[in-house]
This record gives sequence, structure tokens and C-alpha cells, in this order.
Amino acid sequence: MRAAGLIFSNIHDASIPELTTRRTMASIPFGGRYRLIDFALSNMVNSGITKVGVITHYNYQSLLDHIGNGKDWDLARRNGGIKILPPFITAYDNAVAGKLYSTRLEALMGVMNFIDHCTEEALVLSDCDVICNVDLSRALAEHERNDADITLITATVDTAEQELDAKAQVPTFDEQGRLIDIDVYSGQTGRVEICSDILIVRRTYLQRVLAEAITHGRTSFYRDIVYRNLGRDRFFVTRYDGFFARVNSIESYFGCSMRLLDHDSRVNLFYRRNQPIYTKVRNSAPTRYLPGASVKNSLIADGCVIEGTVENSILFRGVHVGKGTVIKNSILMQDTYTGDHVRLGCVITDKDVVIKNDRELCGHETLPFYISKGQTV
Amino acid sequence: MFKKKECVAMLLAGGQGSRLTVLTTKTAKPAVTFGGKYRIIDFPLSNCANSGIDTVGVLTQYQPLVLNEYIGTGLPWDLDRNYGGVKILPPYQGKKGADWYKGTANAIYQNLQFIERYDPDDVLILSGDHIYRMNYAAMLDFHKASNAACTIAVIDVPIKEASRFGILTTDDAGKIIRFTEKPKNPDSTKASMGIYIFNREALSKYLIADAENPKSANDFGKNIIPAMLAAGEHMMAYTFEGYWKDVGTIESLWEANMDLLGEEPALQLGDKSWKILSRHENAPPQIIGPQGVVENASITEGCAIYGTVRNSVLGENVRVMEGAVVEDSVIMGECVIGEGAVVQYAIIDREVEVRAAARVGKPRAEAKGIAVIGEGTVVEAGAVVADGAILPE
Repeated sequence: MRAAGLIFSNIHDASIPELTTRRTMASIPFGGRYRLIDFALSNMVNSGITKVGVITHYNYQSLLDHIGNGKDWDLARRNGGIKILPPFITAYDNAVAGKLYSTRLEALMGVMNFIDHCTEEALVLSDCDVICNVDLSRALAEHERNDADITLITATVDTAEQELDAKAQVPTFDEQGRLIDIDVYSGQTGRVEICSDILIVRRTYLQRVLAEAITHGRTSFYRDIVYRNLGRDRFFVTRYDGFFARVNSIESYFGCSMRLLDHDSRVNLFYRRNQPIYTKVRNSAPTRYLPGASVKNSLIADGCVIEGTVENSILFRGVHVGKGTVIKNSILMQDTYTGDHVRLGCVITDKDVVIKNDRELCGHETLPFYISKGQTV
Repeated sequence: MFKKKECVAMLLAGGQGSRLTVLTTKTAKPAVTFGGKYRIIDFPLSNCANSGIDTVGVLTQYQPLVLNEYIGTGLPWDLDRNYGGVKILPPYQGKKGADWYKGTANAIYQNLQFIERYDPDDVLILSGDHIYRMNYAAMLDFHKASNAACTIAVIDVPIKEASRFGILTTDDAGKIIRFTEKPKNPDSTKASMGIYIFNREALSKYLIADAENPKSANDFGKNIIPAMLAAGEHMMAYTFEGYWKDVGTIESLWEANMDLLGEEPALQLGDKSWKILSRHENAPPQIIGPQGVVENASITEGCAIYGTVRNSVLGENVRVMEGAVVEDSVIMGECVIGEGAVVQYAIIDREVEVRAAARVGKPRAEAKGIAVIGEGTVVEAGAVVADGAILPE
């Protein structure tokens, strides 16, 4: 089944204000060299999708910078490829009365034009707060077999590994995978199956419900479309059971990142056969470990220079670790510079942070110490 | 629509590089991996890109598959251009017959048509066997200012090594008086780097004359340069200062890789003002496992180090399993060093598997030479590869 993709780049920005004051959710750095949108984009590209619209809202300069012409995801195409869809506002004629969209449904109304120009039978909608490596072609085949209007992709979360909040939605469905209801997460523990916010929609169905929503002034995709039409329209779920993480706070960002240090999680996310995760190429030199460096259980991108000790940490591209410096349980984003004899524990530094000699900074797993972009300590 | 180019570069990449033994069985020398994530040809290509030379003809002949695939459209070096950019130039069949490239000069002669399309004032001739960072634009300025028919880049070498090189003798102003290939008693320490800038008319004239001479070896060093000197052409030497290394032998390739290591490496690739660009594999960041030990090493994307790595350069997606030891070695990419295996003083080409408990080479202090393992070889579990051995034989 042919499909086009639509990515919501801003929809959950408010949940991590620290990291999104100057960027979109989609462009939050993750896992040493990625941005969150890389996972949504790679999932689509790996399933043969060659046309992807990225819905933007505000602060999307860093996102544009990251995506460029889309070549790194093989989405620089004459036909299709990546399309940035900036907010659509005209003074006289628009769906949401001169305001920027505030909900998923309003965002979709704003990109009606893109949807109307698609000839693909299905659209894959994806948010940027989830980190997973889904084989969408299997989900699309199931969507087609079920003759579904909407197929929700569900993921299983172990509450011991990752806390869930009231925003998580728990679906119930019958043996055929037909959706019965969706509830808000209410404190279950153990393995809980939740909606991943990746879903497949029949294009003609989406066009119809959007037109209806505009006439009736509806605003919520789940409340006004999914719940309203439960049991009447053909809604199904399909399960994804690989690595799944959802980022909904700075604490969960820290936790999700640290899960990458676990061998099985990492292999499950990055080394799925024929499903690589793509990202922008930066042409960094290989990382240099100097005599005297000591590195254990850490994920390290290229372009770093390491003279000190690094344990259980994630280093993005171009990080410098000075002599006698000890970094534990920390995430240092691109081009963070640490001087000599610095000690860091449970710290997240954003891009271009400078930590001078002899500084000691420490947070806790439940409350990591965050240093914003470009700060000098 | 054609626009004039000030200078066109021609990169000689057809050499076999037979002194690199098994490393060039399946790959042309310029496509041999260097420094983990680079190929030798990245250096001249990146120098072109950084010097503002946007038209590069790459002359290929020997085993071009990997090289062609690697260069592709030239995008990684920003040489995917609407007009100009990088172009692969293999030998071809013409109306009067077909010929392989008989020598460096003949390769350029056969592609004079390519050069003429861009109507350049000058032509830069490069080779794909050296590791260096050089601003060709500065050399071009020097060439234009001195109004020479040909400018040759030279580097000062120790007098005792001078007899390994083509040596240029100049007057005080830098004008070339004499050129001697590998002199027994060198009278100068200025070694030719094999980098030439020719005035285009002069180049055409001497290449055509050379092609008509059946006794010529059609080589720049042996024929063209001596012919121009004999005819009294104005030729200048341009002195280059900086890191420059021929990586034509196993030993020099190993040494150049080791120059990336240490507190103050002789060759620093992290310099952002002159980036060396390369075609990237899309691999996740490297992981150092809970028992991993990494000291004095250069490691790149996709590597997973669960064992020990010392004084070594690793390419992308190399896995060093638990208990394995890699020392004083160059591992080019996509390799697996199995559990408990030991690799010492060796160069290991791409896609090699050294299985559990195998031994490759000996500690550097005791080894007779560098052990070399060619692309795609499997060293069976528990097997021993002697120091200085070359596999497959």
C-alpha cells in the first residue's frame, strides 16, 4: 500500500520546556548524534515512504537546519521528498481564525492542501516524542488487510523502566485488533500497552473527517474523531514490540537516553536489519582517546577528544573531556567543552556549554541538573 | 551553457599501488581506507573543495568499482555541481582506437578535451597517494604571480632521504634549474610532491608533443618536466610546509595512521578550518562497553569496544569483543575481533573477521614486520597469523 508521511514537529513541546525554548520537539538532540525527528523520518523512509510533510509551528529554524534538503534521509526527490509545512495563516480565509494551530486536528486542517495533493491511499501520522524503530510496511499491510480507516500502532511499556503519565492512552481491542475503547492511563504497573501516537489513516477518510471537523468547528483529533466514531468506523490497532521510549519531561529524557547504554535496547533500536536510523552528516573526525583516558559503558559520537574519565554517559559530537575530569551518568550535547579536573554527575549540558576547570556539578537521576545552550559554568 | 573556470584539477587515481599488497587487490590505492573514516582520495578532494576548486576530473583505470561508488556524485565534498563538479574519467574508445592510460601524462593527454570544455587558464595535476592538507589556491596565486609555465610543489626532506624522491634544484628566486629523479648524490632537499600547476597552453603543447614521441614513457616526472626544462620554459618551485606523507607502502600507511594518535598528533583531523570531508556510513555512535579499555586510540562511528584497544586506529563498525586485545594496529572498518583474540602490530582491511582466541602478529617490539590481512578474510578461531605475514597469500 502506498503511503505518505506527516510529522508533527511541535505537538508536545510544552512537556520539555528546558529543551524546547529554542527548538522544536523534533530537533531535540538524542542518543549522541540524532534528533528526535530522525526516528520518525527513518521509520517512514525504511518502509518505502518517499513523501513526508513536516508540520511546523514555531522555533523551527534548528529543524530546518537539521533537515536541509532531506538528502541524508534520501528524501531529496524530484517527486515527493521532504516538505516543510509552515503554519498556514491568511488574514481573511483560514480554518482556525487567524490563530496558530493548538491541537493536532487544527494542525491537520492547516495542511489540507498537502493532504489533498497526495495520491497515496494512506497517510502515516507521527509525533516526535517517541523513540522507536517500527517496521511500518508491516503495519501498512495490516491496515490494508483490515480495510481500516485508522490503524493505531501500540507499544508496550514496562513501568519499571519508564514512568507513564496521564497523557498516555491505553487502548482496548478485540481479537481481530478492532479498537473498542481508549482510556487514559490510570496507574497500572508492569507491562502496559499504550498508543504510540504513530497512526495510519486512509487518506480519503482523513479528508472527509477534516472537512466535517471544519464545518462543525471541532478541535480534537482523539475526542472529536476517534471517540466519536468508535464502533462505527473501521479502527484497528497493530502492535509494535521493539524498543520504545517516550520523552515527556527532562527526567524522562534522561531516563530514555540512559536506556541506550543497555546492550539489548541499543541493538533493538539501532541495529534492526534493513532499518537503520538516518541522521544529518556532520563530517566530524573520529573520536580521539588520549593516553590516560578511561571510558566505560558510554555511548560516544565522533569528533570528541577525551583525556579524562567517562562512565555511564552519552557524549554527542565534538565534546571535549579535559585531563583529570570525571564524567559520570551524564549527557553532554554537541560541542560541550569541559576543562581539566571537572566533576559531573547526572548532568545534562545542552549544545556549546563550557565548563571551566575544577567545577563540580551534580544532579540526581530523578532530577538531572540541566545547563542550557551556550552557558559557561 | 558553459562558463569559464579559472583552474581545473586532474586527479590521477588509476595507479595500482602494488606495494600495498593485499590492500589493493580489490580496490584502487586512492580508495584505500585511512584514519578510520576516510579514504586516501578524501585528502586531495577535500583540499580542492576547501581551496575553491570546483571542477575535478578523476582519472581511473585500475579496479575502479569501489572508487567510483565512493565518489558518486561528489556530494560529500560539495562537488555535485550543475556545472563542473567531480567527474570520473576512465579510459575510453575513440574514433582512432582505444587505449589504456599508458602513463600519467598520457592519461591527461587523452582527456585534453575534458579540460578544454572549461577553458581554464591553468590546470592542477594531483595524485591520489598522499595524506596532506594543502591550500591549492595559495599555490595558484604564486603560480600566477610568477607567470610560470609550470609550478611544482616541493617539500623540504632530510638530505639523507632525498635520493628517494624527484629532487628539484632551484635558484634563489625559486626558479627550477634542474630536475633529477631519485638522485644518488642529491644537491638539493626540495622533493617534488607530484603536484603541478601548468599553464593550460603549455600543458597542451607538451602533452601533444609527448604523445607523438613513440619512445616516451608518457610520464610527467620522466618526460614532460625534463622536456619543458630542456626547452627553457619558466618553471617555479612552490614550497609547501606542513604534514605530507606518501602512503604507498604498508609501513608508511601504518605510520601515517599512527600520526593521528598521541597528546599532540602530527596530523590533526579535527581542525575545523580545513575539514577533511568523506562519504559517511550511517552508523550509530560508538559504544565502549562496561569492560572496555581504550587508550590512545582513534575510534569512529558504529564501533563497539568490549575488549581492549591501545595505540590503534579503528574504522566504522568494528567490534572488539570481550577479552580481545588490539594494539599498535590499524583496523579499517566492518571488522569483528572475536572474544579473546589478540591483534598486534597489524593492518586489517575491511570486512575481516578474526575469530575467537586467534592471534594476529606479535608485540611491536618483537615483530619482524606488520601483519597484513586483506579484505573479507576470515581468520579461524585459535589460528595464528605470524608477524609480518600477508594474508591471503
